[in-house]
Amino acid sequence: MSQSAILRIQRGHPGEPSFEQDFEVLFDSGQSLLDGLRQIRARHDPTLAFRYSCINANACKECMMKLDGKTVYACTARLESRVMLVAPLPNKTLVRDLLTAVSPGDEVLDTD
Amino acid sequence: MSASRHLSADVLVIGAGGAGMYAALEAHRQGAKVLLVDRSLIGRGGSTVMAQMTVAAAMGGACPDHWQHHLTDTLAAGRGLCEPVLAKIVCEQGVECIAQLDEWGVGWARFEDRYSQVHAPGHDRARCVYVDFLNTGPAVARTLRTRLVRTPEIRRIGELAVTDLVLRDGRCCGAMALHLPSGAAVSLQANAVIVATGGLTRLYRRNSGSANSGGDGYALALRAGAELVDMEFVQFFPIGHLAPRLIGMDPIMWDPFRYKLGGRLLNAHMEEFTERYGTPENGQYRITRDLATYAITKEVAAGRGSPHGGAWLSFQHLDEASLRQAFGPVIDRLARNGIDLTRTPIEVAPIAHYHMGGIAVDERMRTGVNGLFGAGEAIGGSNGANRLSGNAITEALVFGRLAGAQAASFAKAIRHAAPAQPWQGDGPERDWLANRRHRPSINCAALIEQLQAIMADDVGPFRTADGLARAQLRLSEILAAIGDSPPGGIDGYDAELLDWLDLRQMLLVARCVTEAAILRTESRGAHQREDHPGLDDTWQEHLAIRICGGKLSLNRQAIGALERLSA
Repeated sequence: MSQSAILRIQRGHPGEPSFEQDFEVLFDSGQSLLDGLRQIRARHDPTLAFRYSCINANACKECMMKLDGKTVYACTARLESRVMLVAPLPNKTLVRDLLTAVSPGDEVLDTD
Repeated sequence: MSASRHLSADVLVIGAGGAGMYAALEAHRQGAKVLLVDRSLIGRGGSTVMAQMTVAAAMGGACPDHWQHHLTDTLAAGRGLCEPVLAKIVCEQGVECIAQLDEWGVGWARFEDRYSQVHAPGHDRARCVYVDFLNTGPAVARTLRTRLVRTPEIRRIGELAVTDLVLRDGRCCGAMALHLPSGAAVSLQANAVIVATGGLTRLYRRNSGSANSGGDGYALALRAGAELVDMEFVQFFPIGHLAPRLIGMDPIMWDPFRYKLGGRLLNAHMEEFTERYGTPENGQYRITRDLATYAITKEVAAGRGSPHGGAWLSFQHLDEASLRQAFGPVIDRLARNGIDLTRTPIEVAPIAHYHMGGIAVDERMRTGVNGLFGAGEAIGGSNGANRLSGNAITEALVFGRLAGAQAASFAKAIRHAAPAQPWQGDGPERDWLANRRHRPSINCAALIEQLQAIMADDVGPFRTADGLARAQLRLSEILAAIGDSPPGGIDGYDAELLDWLDLRQMLLVARCVTEAAILRTESRGAHQREDHPGLDDTWQEHLAIRICGGKLSLNRQAIGALERLSA
């Protein structure tokens, strides 16, 4: 049975004030926050940036972000029918929207 | 060109899964200056880290074994299409690579002082090592990554998505890449290039792979003039998790459960059904992947599927203590998902898992393009029409190591022989990637979902001429819609730009799979044509694909012909 969640997402670029944007996503019981974010990109706004690789297995550990103030993996946090506050990790350098710099320092190419 | 936008090495390795990491380590060991790049994070983004299952090699841990027995099983699983030379390399050298990983501390499960090995379907004996619990891939990835981190001479760069290989004077001399965090076009010059980008599971709606497995290495090699083989053979994993929704677990996790515990595969009437399709199970897990996929799909088509369109898998005959002994903490993770295997069965269905086809290489991992090598799932031929379970990590390690050694030796010869100025990073490849002006008018994330639906519906485990023609037409419509130059500005992490670049490669690879599937008018292994059932002996050949005059050109090629590539 389909339910709906409002994802209130903190967005923006580094060095600029962030803004919140609401997206309504439909989900079946058991679906993950990452499922909801991917749905937003395909149905509403393809510019929304977040990081993931393995989708479902919680193997790559790339999709870490804040949900209602708590650090979660988007692939294991479940969607609920309410307003859910989604934000990037505050202790990492922001790249764009929910995507932060998490690579080890010696694996980063500095193009400046 | 600023130093950070043009990098040089002897050997460039594209893709940092099992094959790429091993290739980088070996090329370095042979004295090459190595650059290892990945579109995601090093050692995290590929398929290796996701493999929860087992690795086949004739270690003789559980019972006496020899690599020749492993080879016999590999060739039988390949339904007559394996390149024997490549399959032999996997089985013979797999033994050394497994032992090497053991020495590096991977932690293969042991029984007393010997390797603990399980009997996976298609093998004649217990031959598959693993790391408990469901931790094989993460342990392999971590072991290789740890070796890399301890080898600071190997330069590792993540978040660098290679968009095209670069050829000058008929030789592969590097690649262009999009630096995701900054949006910069970065050139990577090298005397030898190894494509270790994994498979193409992302072409399908339901798959067991990572979002990075969009087949980009096949597209890179094809555009550079290399040949692809066996592209019609996509392996569907028969018992991928279907329902109830399960998160934080690999969808192919039920395979190791079946190795250890058997389990019963049931239809909507709670009857075992695989014997109806020629393979009774009798409580043992022996049915090969292609046959199980066939049996489940047929049962669903006959109206006897489970509620979500698959089959039931039941472990209800077991008690909690046996489940815990076999899978310990995994049982708790299942409980958190509301699943109690002693009370309820779960639903499973075929799911895109692995690609048998890939870049044509010879026994030294050389493609037909000078200076270009392949490794791991990115290459084709070793698995024929159907891969034996347990051979994927083995081939990643073996082919990675071999490609690393061969590329290092090739690069050394070039360095000594060629007085020519190396590529400086300029040219049309850079201009194409760097000059991005228009914003896209289309949603490429939505088009990727469309492509996945087309492939799943009409180029999946069962194919017909009508369905394949429909897929071909719909793919050509998407191709026309996206245009030929990349959209976007110069921002960092432009998700729309990355989708466009991915879609460009996915479309080319999807067309290869579809066109090869149209031509192969028989059913063999993972390629099943409803309108051409059964093996046709005249088709015991590869279909090889190249780009000629801007178009895909498909040709039949005899088994064994790969050896002549660089002759």
